[in-house]
Amino acid sequence: MSILDILTIPDERLKQVSEPVETFDDELHSFISDLEETRQAGPGAVGIAAPQVGRFQRIVIVDCSQTRKPIPNHGHLVLVNPEILQWDGFELGREGCLSVPDYTGNVIRAERIKLVARDPAGECHEYEMEGFEARAVQHEVDHLDGLLFLDRVVSRRADLFQRKVYKKGKTKS
Amino acid sequence: MSDWKMVTLIGEDRPGIVARVTDCLYQNGCALGEASMMRLGGNFTIMMMVAGEGELKDVLSPVAEDLQLRVHVDDISGGLHQHCVPNIQVRVMGADRPGIVAKVTGALAEAGFNILELESDVAGTEESPVYIMNIQGYAEGTIEDIQQAVDGLGEEGMDIGISPIHTLIG
Repeated sequence: MSILDILTIPDERLKQVSEPVETFDDELHSFISDLEETRQAGPGAVGIAAPQVGRFQRIVIVDCSQTRKPIPNHGHLVLVNPEILQWDGFELGREGCLSVPDYTGNVIRAERIKLVARDPAGECHEYEMEGFEARAVQHEVDHLDGLLFLDRVVSRRADLFQRKVYKKGKTKS
Repeated sequence: MSDWKMVTLIGEDRPGIVARVTDCLYQNGCALGEASMMRLGGNFTIMMMVAGEGELKDVLSPVAEDLQLRVHVDDISGGLHQHCVPNIQVRVMGADRPGIVAKVTGALAEAGFNILELESDVAGTEESPVYIMNIQGYAEGTIEDIQQAVDGLGEEGMDIGISPIHTLIG
């Protein structure tokens, strides 16, 4: 196991679109262990994506089970070739990124998502997620498509108009 | 004192203020740091960190005179990379009347809440204006402590929402 170097802005490689994983072998599993160790070494990171360490394959890790206050979550997840099938509602939340040191900003994400992904053994699973965990997955899947949260930051002032009625998820997207 | 100065510029809003001001600083070898620029009540306001040689007031005076901007320059301590990430958000809405900000922020200060950012606006109509305020800040205490601190204010007709900000790092 080893901690991998994290690409940080303005590294152009962060804009690269990652390729699907086709081989589920020991090499993949050993990389996933390194990726997990790298995530844990990052200050407070709930997720990490393979391209952040310069491996341009569709692999992300998300773990929202250790937040200070418990929130709905599926535990420690390794998502290989994840695909978001459905988005529902929207919510503004603050995000930062291991690849964007010393900056945080507000980003609009879907409140609930449905997704399908393979596990490290290649088995297919479907998930329904909400809130913080859904946000984390959307943030990480963006990395696989060469996007950073910076590409989605909205004006802080926009939040002024984000009143309660909008939070019930009446809007379908 | 640091190399940075805090420069404040205010004047009637019109297109091109930011471009003219920042180009003037750039042409005179100045660097910009963190900045907040916004239109407030028909005025354009700029607060920004500037580092550079010479008297910034003199450097800016031709542009300021031309665009009728008032300029203020302060020496500051501190510098870049000193961010504090907010962990609590407070939203306030109520029929506009004197004292909303003072009462809410007074209660928050007592609870040890440090305001990092406050934006407010008056919505509604001239006849029935509604004051809307959005605050992001940091407190060591729990969300319940902050909630408790402002609880009494609800009875005064203010709609106050306190919510945690969980910054996602990914």
